[in-house]
Amino acid sequence: MHNPSHPLPHRFARPGGLGFVSYVVVALVVLWSLEGAGWSMDRLLSSPPKLADFFSRAWPPSTHNLDRLAWKMVETLQIAVAGAAIGIVLSLPIALLAARNVLVGRGINQVVRVLLGFIRAVPDLAWALVFVVAVGLGPFAGMLAIAIDTIGFCGRFFADDMENTDPGPAEALTATGAKRIDIAASAIIPAAMPAFISTSLFGLEKAVRSSTILGLVGAGGIGIELKVGFDLFDYPTALTVILMIAVVVIGVEQIGAVLRQKIIGTAR
Amino acid sequence: MPLDRPGLRRGVTQGGLQVLDLQAKELAKRFGSGAPVFSGLEFSITQGDCVALVGANGTGKSTLLRCCLGLIAPDAGEVSLLGEKLTDLGGAARRALRARTGLVGQKHNLVPRLSVLSNVIHGLLGRHSGPRYWMQGLAPAEARTAAMATLTKVGLADLALRRADQLSGGQSQRVAIARALVGNPRFLVADEPCASLDPQAGEEVMALFMSLVKREGVTVLFTSHNVQHALSYGDRILGLQGGRIAIDAASADVTPKEMAQLYA
Repeated sequence: MHNPSHPLPHRFARPGGLGFVSYVVVALVVLWSLEGAGWSMDRLLSSPPKLADFFSRAWPPSTHNLDRLAWKMVETLQIAVAGAAIGIVLSLPIALLAARNVLVGRGINQVVRVLLGFIRAVPDLAWALVFVVAVGLGPFAGMLAIAIDTIGFCGRFFADDMENTDPGPAEALTATGAKRIDIAASAIIPAAMPAFISTSLFGLEKAVRSSTILGLVGAGGIGIELKVGFDLFDYPTALTVILMIAVVVIGVEQIGAVLRQKIIGTAR
Repeated sequence: MPLDRPGLRRGVTQGGLQVLDLQAKELAKRFGSGAPVFSGLEFSITQGDCVALVGANGTGKSTLLRCCLGLIAPDAGEVSLLGEKLTDLGGAARRALRARTGLVGQKHNLVPRLSVLSNVIHGLLGRHSGPRYWMQGLAPAEARTAAMATLTKVGLADLALRRADQLSGGQSQRVAIARALVGNPRFLVADEPCASLDPQAGEEVMALFMSLVKREGVTVLFTSHNVQHALSYGDRILGLQGGRIAIDAASADVTPKEMAQLYA
């Protein structure tokens, strides 16, 4: 039984002055953003009939060009796999330079991390536009865009993974006189390998998602079919492309989850 | 059980002078703006000696061990290890010196996803650099042979290809000892090597560790919260209290009461 001499504690802590101001500021920023994003309840409420009209015109999905669309989807996966593979391989040496206390000093760590931040800050579609200019239209530009996007993603997380490994093995090898490169290769990278695999699988999933829309800017893959479908009001074909993208992306995510579970025993 | 009699001084001499493997002068260390962990520490260790560093939690034993190996820089004072001042050494010279030292930690510090044999071969990285020493599958025959011989000494040759994260605590610590010994070090530091083991495994590991290092003539500086271990295996006791050395005497001359006062 509760001792009545002690009052029951509050269910929730009251926010302090600073906490209260923070809540208000966050709420104001969200409202301001909604206004900037053109929030319109009228337009939102009027959209279901238009959506229903689209689906009525798009259904059933077209199967006329299934062969061509399937090959475009294969090309999309090739862009994703090739770009992700190159990106993952190149990420490792870059991450070694970005990780603190692994190979190089703080100055180089910071420069490399800023560079990785810049790569991540530029959207994959923008990279695709840049590479279309550099190497011309087609899947090669898309693959390069995926590769650089993967470097930005995996490079940063590989570096974080290495920094988060247990420092004990590295210290034990340091005490035997091992060089930094030997410590990185023998102790830090093997310890971070489960995290690398997990990050790489996320990188591949991200690459597959990105590669499906690179065609919008002429960088190969099935995205161009989506654009053409909408441009020509061929909604059944557009719906087929959307469904194919959904199946492939969900499939790759499921395979990634299974692989993560099998290889590292955790579904991070 | 210890192989040597407690309190036996085994220090190596040259021309009547004792060879000092470690000399610490006026060592001081603090972290951030806090109180000093220790200050004004002075002691030396003769070649072949086995010295137990004891003291309550937070007295800076682990920090002092790392200062002695140059893994942490002291704020003041200097350390001479195997006749060389650590502050005078550049990167390559420091690594060459460390190739003659080793560290056994309380957490074993093995690379979990690699084999036992690969972990032991890593103990040779101070003398041999490069991919051939990164894992046992790439290692030259002489490295594999040396590692297997050391694993035999610690009784784990039959587990050479087992992953390190599939070992028991006692087995892991034996592998860590093998890794520290495979390069034939002259000076070893052991930071509470039995702290993470149950009493039985701790007893076995400590007895094995001490029998091996004494057989090989390795100079040892170890910490332990187990007073009996310190008195049994240490030729000499260094007791830290309040950031100072409160005891520096042969273990045979230290009374249980003096030891108890360190933890008061």
